[in-house]
Amino acid sequence: MINIAFFIIAALTLGSALAAATNPKLMHAALSFAIAFVGVSTLFFWLGAEFVGLVQIFVYIGAVAVLIVFTILLTRREGEQLRGFNWSGVVVALAVFAGLVWSILKSPSMSILPPEVSPLTVKRIGEVLMSDYVWPLMGVGVLLTVALLGALILAMEDKRE
Amino acid sequence: MSTGFVDQIFVRLKVWIMHFLPPGHDLIASFVSALLNISGVLIVFLTLFAAMSVLERKILGRMQNRYGPNRVGPFGLLQPVADGIKMLIKEDIVPARADKVVHFLAPIIIAAVAMLTLGIIPYGRNMTPLSIDGGILFFFAIGSTTELAVFMAGWGSNNKFSMLGAMRAIAQMVSYELPLIITTLPVVMIVGSLSPDQIVAAQSKYWFVFTPWGLAAFLLFFTSGLVESNRTPFDVPEGESEIVAGHMTEYSGFKYATFFLAEYFGMFAISGLAVTLFLGGWHAPLSILRFVPSYIWFFGKLSILLFVFVWARGTLPRTRVDQVMNFAWKFMLPMAFTCVVSAAVWHYAGRGFFAWIWSLVIIAGVYMTLSILLDTKKKFAPRVYRFAE
Repeated sequence: MINIAFFIIAALTLGSALAAATNPKLMHAALSFAIAFVGVSTLFFWLGAEFVGLVQIFVYIGAVAVLIVFTILLTRREGEQLRGFNWSGVVVALAVFAGLVWSILKSPSMSILPPEVSPLTVKRIGEVLMSDYVWPLMGVGVLLTVALLGALILAMEDKRE
Repeated sequence: MSTGFVDQIFVRLKVWIMHFLPPGHDLIASFVSALLNISGVLIVFLTLFAAMSVLERKILGRMQNRYGPNRVGPFGLLQPVADGIKMLIKEDIVPARADKVVHFLAPIIIAAVAMLTLGIIPYGRNMTPLSIDGGILFFFAIGSTTELAVFMAGWGSNNKFSMLGAMRAIAQMVSYELPLIITTLPVVMIVGSLSPDQIVAAQSKYWFVFTPWGLAAFLLFFTSGLVESNRTPFDVPEGESEIVAGHMTEYSGFKYATFFLAEYFGMFAISGLAVTLFLGGWHAPLSILRFVPSYIWFFGKLSILLFVFVWARGTLPRTRVDQVMNFAWKFMLPMAFTCVVSAAVWHYAGRGFFAWIWSLVIIAGVYMTLSILLDTKKKFAPRVYRFAE
């Protein structure tokens, strides 16, 4: 049963990712990409990482996918046009995939059973974020604030003229 | 004992249905359990949707000094049936230049998202359809998908009005999602959990709306909820006089009805979450009133909030786009952050009477400062038309 669920999720994710890479219509490709995000978050849910799955939906569909479709909408003034398929990208992707597979197969931890992990609850994530990872959290906060201020300055009206 | 029986009658019904299943099949049992929960939620809220669609027009008619629907059935109560038949047999028009797939998928996604968000709300004692650890997060994560669906509706229609309406809708939904999420933060902080069940359990003694930060957060949350569901003071995305019906311009027949359904379900979900977070969920206001079943309290509070939705629609004029956006970033957001600070002060001052006073002082101080800073000092004068004369 568990394997069936995994194969359905994997087929959905890979299929929509493939559609995102090959679809000639840019907007359809972007929307397929959003479906791939849903697939990845389902995978997190299936693995029991509820929080990560929810954040995946929140950030990648609520923000990143909307950002992508808006970028397409606001930058392309001409109608839909066909893209050529870029074969050099396939070579790069295959090389990256081969590298990942090679390093996974070479790693010695494959033969050791993973230690039993307690289920990851929201409470535990909060505690860890506020104790061990408080400085990275602060750093990310400052970075995001700087990005927000930068966006505001870009969008601000110039009063001097 | 009999009161407890009435209180748990739906839970008992589910247990009774489940006991017919063959034992030892966990998979079938969990599937049937999920199916029962889903059908319960759908039956209740589809009925509520039908009732709401006629009651809203009745109440609006009352406010505007007219009758409202009164032809179909006694007092016009069968109006939803007539509406349903009308919507079903209407021709489904798809524009020739529309993106067929995206145009078709948008109403489905938007309705599915609205139904999913209803799942995490505790409707009564032991009556949460989907009880997960990060329920509040689930609500907002799934809810944020609406923006993509609205975009799909606007873009797939291949119409300027649709696209402009979708842009307006997304702009205001993204802006108001911030105060909406930040005003839930004080409740999550005080309770120490993201689970709606525990938030309701924490309000058994007093509701959070009776604390200064709770009241302020509730008002901000409800206003943001009005914006998120694109309801009348904030329905610029579908302002008829400017952009026809916004992202729904090119939809007809049952697809339009699906958008309508999604709007109402979104309204139910946001009101239900407001009840859960601030109004004590299914708890009775006084301990003597505990004999009334918990779900009656929940739906009573829900209907009061829904009435306020209709009331706002009947009495307030539509705001301008720039007014909506300025209000979000200059007033709602600072006030939402103030609620977080105020709740922290309330907690560390011991949650007593003085904590109450300190919390109130912080909220009132920031409110006064903001109102002085944001005062544009404009005097009222006869309106000057720049282009129309």
